[in-house]
Amino acid sequence: MSTILLFEQILNGLQFGIMLFLMAAGLTLVFGVMGLINLAHGSLYMVGAFACAAVAAATGSFWLGVAASLAAAAAAGAVIEVAVIRRLYGRDHLDQVLATFALILVFSEGTRWIFGSFPLYLNVPASLSGAVILPGGVAYPTYRLAIIVVGIIVAAGLFALIGKTRIGVQIRAGEADREMIAALGIDIARLYTFVFALGAALAGLAGALVGTIQSVQVGMGEPVLILAFVVIVIGGIGSIKGALVGAILVGLTDTLGRFLLPSLFATMMSESDATSIGSALASMSIYILMALVLIFRPRGLFGATN
Amino acid sequence: MTRETTVNIALAIALLAVPIGAQFADHPFIITLSTKVAIFAIAGVGLNIALGYGGLISFGHAAFFGLGGYAAGILASQALNYEPLVTWPFEIQGTTQMLIIWPVALCICGAAALVIGAMSLRTGGVYFIMITLAFAQMIYYFAISWPAYGGEDGLSIYVRSKFPGLNTLDPITFFAICFALLIAVLGFSVLLTHSRFGLALSAARQNPQRLTSVGVRPFQVQLTAFVISGMITGLAGALYADLNRFVSPAMFSWHTSGEIMIFVILGGVGRLFGPLAGAALFILLEHLLGGITEFWQFLLGMLLLLIVLFARGGLIGLLAGGRGNV
Amino acid sequence: MNSIKTAIAALAALVIASPLQAEPVKVGMITTLSGGGAGLGIDVRDGFMLALKQSGNNDITVVIEDDQRKPDVAVQLADKMIQSDKVDVLTGIIWSNLAMAVVPAVTQQGKFYLSPNAGPSALAGKGCHPNYFNVSWQNDAMNEAAGKYVSEQGVGKVFLMAPNYPAGKDMMNGFKRFYKGEVVEEIYTKLGQTDYAAEIAQMRSSGADMIYYFLPGGMGISFMKQYAGSGVTVPVMGPSFSLSQDVLGAIGDAAIGAKNTSHWSKDIDNEANKKFVETFQAEYGRLPSIYASQGYDTALLLVSAAAKADVKDADAFRAALKEADFASTRGKFKFGPNNHPIQDVFVREVVKEGDVVTNKIIGVAATDHTDVYAAECKM
Repeated sequence: MSTILLFEQILNGLQFGIMLFLMAAGLTLVFGVMGLINLAHGSLYMVGAFACAAVAAATGSFWLGVAASLAAAAAAGAVIEVAVIRRLYGRDHLDQVLATFALILVFSEGTRWIFGSFPLYLNVPASLSGAVILPGGVAYPTYRLAIIVVGIIVAAGLFALIGKTRIGVQIRAGEADREMIAALGIDIARLYTFVFALGAALAGLAGALVGTIQSVQVGMGEPVLILAFVVIVIGGIGSIKGALVGAILVGLTDTLGRFLLPSLFATMMSESDATSIGSALASMSIYILMALVLIFRPRGLFGATN
Repeated sequence: MTRETTVNIALAIALLAVPIGAQFADHPFIITLSTKVAIFAIAGVGLNIALGYGGLISFGHAAFFGLGGYAAGILASQALNYEPLVTWPFEIQGTTQMLIIWPVALCICGAAALVIGAMSLRTGGVYFIMITLAFAQMIYYFAISWPAYGGEDGLSIYVRSKFPGLNTLDPITFFAICFALLIAVLGFSVLLTHSRFGLALSAARQNPQRLTSVGVRPFQVQLTAFVISGMITGLAGALYADLNRFVSPAMFSWHTSGEIMIFVILGGVGRLFGPLAGAALFILLEHLLGGITEFWQFLLGMLLLLIVLFARGGLIGLLAGGRGNV
Repeated sequence: MNSIKTAIAALAALVIASPLQAEPVKVGMITTLSGGGAGLGIDVRDGFMLALKQSGNNDITVVIEDDQRKPDVAVQLADKMIQSDKVDVLTGIIWSNLAMAVVPAVTQQGKFYLSPNAGPSALAGKGCHPNYFNVSWQNDAMNEAAGKYVSEQGVGKVFLMAPNYPAGKDMMNGFKRFYKGEVVEEIYTKLGQTDYAAEIAQMRSSGADMIYYFLPGGMGISFMKQYAGSGVTVPVMGPSFSLSQDVLGAIGDAAIGAKNTSHWSKDIDNEANKKFVETFQAEYGRLPSIYASQGYDTALLLVSAAAKADVKDADAFRAALKEADFASTRGKFKFGPNNHPIQDVFVREVVKEGDVVTNKIIGVAATDHTDVYAAECKM
């Protein structure tokens, strides 16, 4: 095993982590501020991907598609917040689970109704296609590097939004004490709609960017949703920093596990058994990671300690 | 008699009457559907002990449902192939006797719930939801890639396991077995919640400090409830394997956990007959809407939304009012 | 004079056609019509219904239900169709794991099952059954043909990749069975995985001359898009599911040049196929996939058997099915001893015709190919 390959795999793990972060950031924000478990977050991811694919196909411009994904997901988020989610803040988690599960069904089948049952075409724009040669001679897809850059920008933007702006102060206040901000005369309904739409837009952006190199199809949001939950739980719910660290941990564990475990087992047993057992263990690895983190830190890495 | 008791009795009678009517009208599939309702209601009653009475939101009960199913599937398939299950240190044969399969399924699920529960109960709230999911996912991926019992293809048992003196292949007989077990676990559930243990469990949910101050560790009470809950759900899994004469890793998937949870919420969390009402409504809707349009899940989603927004306390809450046992 | 001719012709038609008006046949179709895998089920259904419509046989009625891609739901639907709808023949299942659940339940109750897709090895060997007819393929077969073809092309080193589940292993074992060169790496990915960066990096450093992969549906779309953007230039090949018409639209130009083995292609030159491709496009406004062709052939087989025998006479109907007396879209088609197809396997290459990305036959990988499990089948 060469060091170049290992380096490339670490880069792949980082990039996978960043993709997960885009998805997890909105989820953790919504959970932290409103205390809402949103299973339909994956549906907003799907909405973003479909909007991007449809607009890119109609206009020929990938960038218009990305803009459309943000707009469509934010709009969908705002609509469901006002129509459904708003009624759930006071309820316990179980009602939220049932309602947002129902939303998954509505979104998935609604999308299939509109776009049909076959995956849509969406591809990397010409300006980002191909690979660049990194120092050390690793050829790396330009588009994946672009995702890393976007992820870093989004992370920085979120930290700035929460740390430095008026809305950020309100969001932090909302996390700490809900009655308090209402008492301060802040329109809490508008704040919640804004936060939810922001989380939705992030999911939509993730859907568009990731959908470009994956498959734009109905149901694409569900596996990612589970991964995003794993990420925010490892990081500590409500913490953007936790989501970032959790995402990168999950990305690295999954990528390196897939790559290293089969070869590790190959030193102990026959090739075919090693492939089999190694692959099985690799697909369990992130859940093992999550269980270990929670056993030793029951509120995640950066969760509130109260 | 309270209004909820009346509703409960009506539900139980309905579940009994429908398949009997179907038997006379020669609609065996209605019996199959009723059996499915009874089995998922058992799974839900199990989950309800942890979730409704104990406040432990487990998103991983598919683990027990699947383990129960695989216990039945593996025992039966080994017996049918005349291959011993274990040859060392002593030989254990497979079996197709329900009366042996059930205790085995209960023991396996109890042991699994003990391990998963002991680790998961260190956390709380949403973290508990996710760590139980994590354990179920681990087993799911293991089952998919483990070749011995079919991997993701699953395992066909071909025949239904036997019960002394009964022909289990007859749909109405098998329904009767499932129905009797449902009534038994419901009865057990009533005894449990009204016992000292039930009170302690309730206190562990509402006021753990007070429980500690009287010298009971909430952890032990909750762990016990979680184990009982897992065992009952595992029993349902064993029955489900016999209903389909087939088991597959899909039983372990997070969709199954979600479905069982949805039956409980839909019927009414912490309501004795909530799981039965929820399972019956969901399976009925699934069956009726499926015939209307290819996009039936859209309609199902809309209906579920309406129920959760406007019928607080689930279906039982809607029918019987009151606040249930929560 | 003319009217007499017409009358004689009509009479003759009546005599010839009369076996067609035999006993009615009731068909139960269990297939995936909702969720992410719905495209395949819809193709099978549409192909099947098209052939039925064209046959003019109004005595065959079809009940269609959605299995949601869940094995337990599929088994319960099979019970329902047999017990309540009283169907004689079942068909429609797309996925190996659902077929494993349903087929034994169906054949045990004395009904017929015609597989329009999926051929798990367990049902071709020890688990074979006289009432189970596979009208598509055995999982290994296309891969065996590919292994043979790749060896003949002198490819010395291959890199294998498939999802970690039984069908994936069937496929790779099939390839290895006929491949004579060296397998430099063999990896099994998580089922449903959508990011393949780590695997592509391993491909880059493996020194393989060819990547052979089986990834159906969304997994294959994701892999091909990412592979095309990775700068790795090793040629790729797979069984036809990896590069079928239902996914090519979504992969786009990234798939061009990739090869795949298939028992069917829209450019196979025979009358039945021309008619199928033309009428399918006219009816549904899209190019047919292999799944649609399999659905179409399944219905043709059923119509041919129904014309010869009464479905209530199981032995006669079974014999009629076994004859496979229909004009398949694949050209040659007959059943082997285990009721699995003996058919030619072609090599196709993905090309662009006008604006449409599609497959084109470039050669024959194997003629009259059958599967290796027939020897284990005792019936």
